[in-house]
Amino acid sequence: MSHGAEPGDSHKIESMKVNYIVWVWLLAVTLIEVFLAYIKVPIHIMLIALIGLSIFKAALIVSWFMHIKFERRSLVLTLIPALTICILLLNVVFPDSFRLKKMAVNRTEKASHAATEVHP
Amino acid sequence: MAVAHGQSRLSLWGGGVHPYGISHKKMGMWLFILSDALTFSALIFGYAYLRNASANWPTPFHIFPSILVSTLMTFCLLSSSLTMVLAVYNAQHGRNAAAAKWLYATIAGGVAFLVLHLNEWRTLIGEGMTVRANAWGDSMFGGTFFTLTGMHMFHVLTGVIYLGVMAYRITRGRTDAEGVEVSGLYWHFVDLVWMFIFPLVYLMSVDMGGGH
Repeated sequence: MSHGAEPGDSHKIESMKVNYIVWVWLLAVTLIEVFLAYIKVPIHIMLIALIGLSIFKAALIVSWFMHIKFERRSLVLTLIPALTICILLLNVVFPDSFRLKKMAVNRTEKASHAATEVHP
Repeated sequence: MAVAHGQSRLSLWGGGVHPYGISHKKMGMWLFILSDALTFSALIFGYAYLRNASANWPTPFHIFPSILVSTLMTFCLLSSSLTMVLAVYNAQHGRNAAAAKWLYATIAGGVAFLVLHLNEWRTLIGEGMTVRANAWGDSMFGGTFFTLTGMHMFHVLTGVIYLGVMAYRITRGRTDAEGVEVSGLYWHFVDLVWMFIFPLVYLMSVDMGGGH
C-alpha cells in the first residue's frame, strides 16, 4: 500500500499486465460458478461456494481495478471494516425467515389435516 | 501534510489537509460507493430473507438460454471493467484520445449488458411474470427480482451516461486523468455488485429438474 501524501501522488498504472491476469481470473471464477450450477451441486454447498467465490471476485475488483491496493492504509481501514460490519449487521433479522418458513409449513400441514378430517 | 521534515515515516492517522492522500472528489466517490453498497446489500438480504422464508420459491432459470445469456452479460460487464482500466491507464499517461476510445468501448459493454438484460425481462414478462405474480411459485419472486435487477440496471444506465460525459470531456481537455479514474471507481462498483447478483439470483435459481 502506498503512503502517497498528496492527491497528486496517487499511484499510476505502470503496466496493464496484472490487470489482464485479474480479468482472466474473474472470467475463470465465473465459469467455475456456472459449472457448479450446471452439475447441480446440492443447494447448501452451492450457496457457500458461490458466496466464497463472489467475495474472492469482489476482492480482486476492489484491490486491482478499483486500485485500493495502492491507496494509503488509513483509507482502507476507514472504508472496509465499517462497510463489512454494517453489511453483517443487516443479517440480524435473517433468522426470522426460518420462523416464517416454519409457520408456512405448519399452516399447510393443518390445512391438509383438516381436509382429511372433513373427507376421511 | 502533517509530516515534519526529517520524519522517517508518515503517521497513519496524521490528518492534515488530505489525511487519506486522495482528493476530495475521489473520497466523495468512495463514500457514495459505501452508501450504495449498503443499499444493494439491503436489497440482496431482503431477497435472501424472502426466499428462505418461502416454501415454494421459484427456480425458473434453465442453463439454456437463461444462464448462458446471464453469463454473457457477466462477460460484457467484466470486459467493460478491463476496458475501463485501459481508459484510466491511457488518461494517466496523457493519451486522452486513446482514453476516450476505451471509454467508448466500456460504454459498448454496458449497452450490450442493458440490451441483453432488457430482452431477458421481456421474455420473463412474456411468460406472465409481474411484480405480484408468476406461474412458478411464490408471488414475491417477481417483486424482488425486478427490484434488485432493475436497481442494478438503473446503475448501469447511469454509468453509461456518466462515462459518455467523461469521454466527451476528456476529448476536449475539460477533465483530467483523475476525473476518469473516479468515474472508473463507479463503473467497477457496478460490475462488483453484479458479481453478487449473478450467482445469488440466477445461479441459485437454476431449475434442478421437475419443471417449474
